[in-house]
Amino acid sequence: MGRKLLLDKANVPGIRGYEVYRREGGYAAAEKALKNMTPDQVTDEVKKSGLRGRGGAGFPTGMKWSFLAKPEGVPRHLVCNADESEPGTFKDRYLMEFLPHLLIEGLLVSSYALGSKATYIYIRGEYAWIPDILEQAIAEAKANGWLGKNILGTGFDCEIYVHRGAGAYICGEETALIESLEGKRGNPRIKPPFPAVKGVWDRPTVVNNVETLAAVVPILNIGGEEYAKIGVGKSTGTKLISACGNINKPGVFEIDMTISVEEFIYSDEYCGGIANGKRLKACIPGGSSVPILPANLLLKTVKGETRKMNYESLSDGGFPKGSMMGSGGFIVLDEDQCVVKHTLTLARFYRHESCGQCSPCREGTGWMEKILKNIETGKGKKSDIDLLWDIQRKIEGNTICPLGDAAAWPVAAAIRHFRDEFEWHVDNPQECLVRNYGLAHYADPLEVVTPA
Amino acid sequence: MADEKKLLKVTIDNITVEVEPGTSILQAARRIGGDVAPPAMCYYSKLKGSGGKCRTCLVEVAAGSTADPRPMPKLVASCRTNVMDGMVVKNITSEKVIDARNGVVEMLLINHPLDCPICDQAGECHLQDLSYENGKPGTRYEFSRRTFEKHDLGPYIQLHMTRCILCYRCVFTADQLTEKRVHGVLDRGDHSEIATFIQQSLDNDFIGNIIDVCPVGALTDKTFRFKNRVWFLKPVDAHRDCKNPKCSGKVNLWYRGAEVFRVTARKDEWGEVTSWICNECRFEKKDTADWTIEGPTKVSRHSVISQGHYVGVERPQEVLYDVLDGRKPKLLMDIHSISEVNRPEIDLSKIQGPAHSTNFEPHEPRGTTGVEAGNPWDSDKKGVPDKY
Repeated sequence: MGRKLLLDKANVPGIRGYEVYRREGGYAAAEKALKNMTPDQVTDEVKKSGLRGRGGAGFPTGMKWSFLAKPEGVPRHLVCNADESEPGTFKDRYLMEFLPHLLIEGLLVSSYALGSKATYIYIRGEYAWIPDILEQAIAEAKANGWLGKNILGTGFDCEIYVHRGAGAYICGEETALIESLEGKRGNPRIKPPFPAVKGVWDRPTVVNNVETLAAVVPILNIGGEEYAKIGVGKSTGTKLISACGNINKPGVFEIDMTISVEEFIYSDEYCGGIANGKRLKACIPGGSSVPILPANLLLKTVKGETRKMNYESLSDGGFPKGSMMGSGGFIVLDEDQCVVKHTLTLARFYRHESCGQCSPCREGTGWMEKILKNIETGKGKKSDIDLLWDIQRKIEGNTICPLGDAAAWPVAAAIRHFRDEFEWHVDNPQECLVRNYGLAHYADPLEVVTPA
Repeated sequence: MADEKKLLKVTIDNITVEVEPGTSILQAARRIGGDVAPPAMCYYSKLKGSGGKCRTCLVEVAAGSTADPRPMPKLVASCRTNVMDGMVVKNITSEKVIDARNGVVEMLLINHPLDCPICDQAGECHLQDLSYENGKPGTRYEFSRRTFEKHDLGPYIQLHMTRCILCYRCVFTADQLTEKRVHGVLDRGDHSEIATFIQQSLDNDFIGNIIDVCPVGALTDKTFRFKNRVWFLKPVDAHRDCKNPKCSGKVNLWYRGAEVFRVTARKDEWGEVTSWICNECRFEKKDTADWTIEGPTKVSRHSVISQGHYVGVERPQEVLYDVLDGRKPKLLMDIHSISEVNRPEIDLSKIQGPAHSTNFEPHEPRGTTGVEAGNPWDSDKKGVPDKY
């Protein structure tokens, strides 16, 4: 049983309210930070913890905080990125819905460390019921003196505002989020300047994911060094994984990043195995935009080592033979699933969510979707597969924001690992409408190349 | 001198140039000129905040600076990346750049109607130039091209959304030159479009400049529409004492014979307007008597306009009535005496442009006069075949 830091109290009845949360030891970290520590000490503690951004890119949070420009007389802001829109990812929703005070406390401590007197939670429009939960939690915290003017008599002022987005995936990109927060069209900005220098209203800004900010609370409670001991290598602490797809127990799990992928899928503590006794075909380990992996590459790396659920192990082998931790949206596909159809679904999503600002992504995502639709419905040609590869290659890396890459990677990985399935769709235009390619050889053990 | 600003050395395609700090790679490359300057479809040096969107100006940075000579991992948009001292940039000497640029041009063209033969921008279109340099003769795109609902932008400006490449230049122009911007980009992704939110006409003063900044034929001059091809016109530098304090009054007059067909702002060698002009100068003053002529405009010899097909120094004589011997032209097309295919009550001479089958639909006559039926070649209309 892994150690739980974020969700350990999630099942306590009434934890959503202030009274129970406080009784269970809540706001101890805020008290500790505000009364006994300077903002720089809090930042140091986060640096020592080795906490990495939980939103997808995995950038060290302490380092991001230390990049924040601190010019005299200019307000700084902390923005909480709750625009969790990656298909397959729903961990932040769980946190905000059941433990709103954990996020508020994390925001308070982080605001203190960064000197943000106005902190924003940018929440996606589709989470229509959560802003009310958060606003109630903010009101409770304020009534008990955790927000507002002169908190705990330290002279630190902090207000938290909840900003409802209008439902756009692109607004999860930090500069697009900032534009949207300013009331503009959610188009990503061109970097540099980075938000740490010029963010919201041209003020220095830090944008962090919900889970990252919530993790600051246990870091302060147990200490950064203690937190860094959990996990392995540079993957410290615990990570929330939202597992979905063809598994027996879909849901949000907190793992300590030492378990293997195989254990995560098959143990009863976590996913509980593949549903209906089917076999594993493929998996997207970190949310829809990371590369899909066939079963054999998922469970073992190309070197024959067991693949673990952490940042380094999941990306072992690079893009050709590995994937990414991403935002922790774990999507499992069993032997009945069609990878072509699956890729089409993702391509349709990215076409719909592209902001339309830069040309490769605006035009390329739609083109990929149309070709994939042809292949899926049995109208494809062999040359279409190469064309798809060429289109994704020309989108990747040539766009302003990472959405272009995010749209290109699933298509690239699907063709890379499942090319025979695409070819089968082209060769059997009638058959592909009624049945799918099945498991084929995707679960066969990999041949490990012995070093010469 | 001590207070002299230190110049930065940057090498682009093996040519070294010294520029002031804060200069973008694109501007440094333009200092060198020629093929070294990357193409720019969305960047406009006169418009603050423009650039970075079209991705045609991508370049490879082989060395970041003298202090940190690591190469940049991705291709960068040269219009929005500032030079550092000792930076080494590869533009046309990099295969990666050429490959990426070909990709971008292909993407820009897959939904473009390619209706150059009927487009007023043809001959001075940046997308034409770009595709000539970096495009392929054929397309790999096999699907129907994107179409849009039509938006009327008022008496001055014609919008062809299908031709638009969403460079946002017109949005910046309206923001920075006019008092109030009433148009913008609506919707998202591949269906985003330039439009006014509620049907309004664009008639702010200085809004006419969006015609000049548009790199393609998406925004064209309604007062010049379908009147002439630019390569038949002769551009002349002229000025007038405009009462508008913000208007420079310095323009190009485009003549055919003695007639001024259109008035545009003057452009520099990179196709950028050098000084903005007001709507009055652009749309109302189309008479030589309004202007002081300075002399012929210098046109780049690479431009089709410089080919000098200035046909007809005299206004062509109207000969049709002589030929018809006093009859009205419609009589030539009147076939009702021999055919019942077309309905006699529809007056063909009142249909704008060639008649179309939709003019003769039995139950839904699209405007009894046929005037509303419009031009079937108008690419913005839905249902028009998209492959030419």
